[in-house]
Amino acid sequence: MSYFLSLLVSGISIGFVYGLIALGFVIIFKATKVVNFTHAAIALLGAYVVARTHESLGFWLALLVGIAVAVLVNVLIDVLVLGNARRPDPGTLSIITIGLDILLGAELRRQIGFRTYGLGDPWGTEVIRVGDSFIPQTRIAAAVVAVIVIGLFALIFRFSNWGVAMRAASEDPEAAALMGVRLRRVSIAAWGVAGALATIAGVFFLTFPGGGVSNLAELAILGAFPAAIIGGLDSTGGAVAGGLLVGLTVTFAAGYQNEIAFLGRGVHEAAPFILMFIVLLVRPTGLFGTKELHRV
Amino acid sequence: MSEAAVSSKRDRRSRPLALLMLVLAGVVALGIPAVASAFWLQTGLFTMAAAVGAIGLTLLIGVAGQLSLGHAFFVAVGAYAYSYLAGEATSFGVGGGAGLGWPPLVAMVGGTAIAGLAGTIFSPIAGRLRGIYLGIATLGLVFIGQHLLKNVKPLAPVSGGFNGRAVAELEILGFQFNSLHRLWYFGLLVLVVAYWYANNLKRSRPGRTMEAVRDSEIVAGVMGVRVGMAKAKAFTASSVFAGLAGAILALTFRHIVPEAFGFLYSLDFLAMVVIGGLGSAGGAVLGAAFVTVLPLALNQYADAIPLIAPIGSGGFDAATAARVLYGVAVVLALMYLPDGLAGLRRHRRNRPTDESERGDQTLGQRAKAGYPG
Repeated sequence: MSYFLSLLVSGISIGFVYGLIALGFVIIFKATKVVNFTHAAIALLGAYVVARTHESLGFWLALLVGIAVAVLVNVLIDVLVLGNARRPDPGTLSIITIGLDILLGAELRRQIGFRTYGLGDPWGTEVIRVGDSFIPQTRIAAAVVAVIVIGLFALIFRFSNWGVAMRAASEDPEAAALMGVRLRRVSIAAWGVAGALATIAGVFFLTFPGGGVSNLAELAILGAFPAAIIGGLDSTGGAVAGGLLVGLTVTFAAGYQNEIAFLGRGVHEAAPFILMFIVLLVRPTGLFGTKELHRV
Repeated sequence: MSEAAVSSKRDRRSRPLALLMLVLAGVVALGIPAVASAFWLQTGLFTMAAAVGAIGLTLLIGVAGQLSLGHAFFVAVGAYAYSYLAGEATSFGVGGGAGLGWPPLVAMVGGTAIAGLAGTIFSPIAGRLRGIYLGIATLGLVFIGQHLLKNVKPLAPVSGGFNGRAVAELEILGFQFNSLHRLWYFGLLVLVVAYWYANNLKRSRPGRTMEAVRDSEIVAGVMGVRVGMAKAKAFTASSVFAGLAGAILALTFRHIVPEAFGFLYSLDFLAMVVIGGLGSAGGAVLGAAFVTVLPLALNQYADAIPLIAPIGSGGFDAATAARVLYGVAVVLALMYLPDGLAGLRRHRRNRPTDESERGDQTLGQRAKAGYPG
């Protein structure tokens, strides 16, 4: 039973991290209708910068630098690449981000090589004892940070001018533009915020027991894509819910792998995608996504 | 003006030149095995396999408008199904993996059919999803496929698990395709047939229905097209091409491992069809050549090319350099040439292009909301 509980706690905490990654994904989609396939690579980029700079700067300063780099890269992508596309429909722009992912992913894998970097976070490999099982401190910290960041974001999204502008832009871009919302700025801000969220999430995703910054990290972070899809691509609350679902599924599939051995070892790596298939079969636009309406 | 009228006019104007080019290309393609080294023969075979697969993907994405990031999965199905059906009927052959001992040609037809079947099975899911949701769902196929091939015990006789399995040689009526030279001609034949078939499909009734579905599902439905059926056909056809590609790929590799059919390979396929120009079979072949040859050639001639360093030395290794180059190619192509290499030709031919005559293109054309800015 306590094993179950410890899995539950660590599932929820990693679930918030998945939710954080998915949230960045959803923000860009809401503001611009572009699905950003570079998001996993950006999360890895932020974490990589933290991993390389924490020794000289200390963890917190390194985190700020990592966030700054990810935000900068994301803004540059939006301004230089997507803003200049000849045929700027969301489908084409989304495929452009796949091209950027090929580019950025290859360069990151080359930079990282076959090494594994630690992130130098203050929690290290400490664990907390709960009943007769152990939960890594980083997971608790991840959950706390994620809840704070998500809460902060929800407040900004609800009450600030930027939040209102962004919701207006996602509702009806044309009307929003006519009402004086500067769509370019909304879009740039969305990309920037997504970069920051990606870095924070990437760092917590890869700290102990996440395995550190390595060659394989991007594929692991890709597991957050289904979280955004499961929640519904245009729902911020859905992103968090989808993240929690994915986090719990992955953790329980890993924790009970012996009981589900007939599905093959390591089934937890494919679990988010299997869950996504099931959800999409029932609800084609995710749990909280807006149903698409079509007019001829 | 309808696309058919445009293309027939185009054909008449350029027929002698096109014929000359075709004959020239044919002579070169047939003559290459006489002069090329083993490296280039193998590269050529990889290119042909990729080209057959890319033609299938361009039908799916460019003609039917269904975004798929899971093409590598169907290629894997074709490769493994062929290897299993044609493999020796002993329990575990050399290099892992059992087989049914079918004649290789029958096995190839069977493997291709199984890949097509996989596409058909997936189409009910695909039929419910649109655009980017479909893209990410198909991405899921790749990850699930990797898991099935690497870790699932009951599939081990087929897959050989993590270390992969051996591939039986191709033999047709006693003639053994046991060298790269012979395999080259087989690959060429398959590619030509695939190209011909894809172009015919595009011009025929099913192809037209797919285009109608791409442009607007509702309009197509109103016109009497069974949208779900059209999508299912598109997925099945594209997976048949993928399966065929997988079989050629397996024959060239001679030993296949799950890693070869992963996420990156799926992205490669997408890059091929995007660089080539969505919906164009010729563009898909060009794109496949670009994406396939680049890393292999950079690796082969690494000593002669400045800036290319061995893996792990900190410099640009060939694979990374190639990926960066074609990542850039994808981005630039979509930014400035949304119709790809094929569009370049089309553009030059009938210069004052009317939007409506562009024909094969549009990803997310249906998405009404424009990008802000």
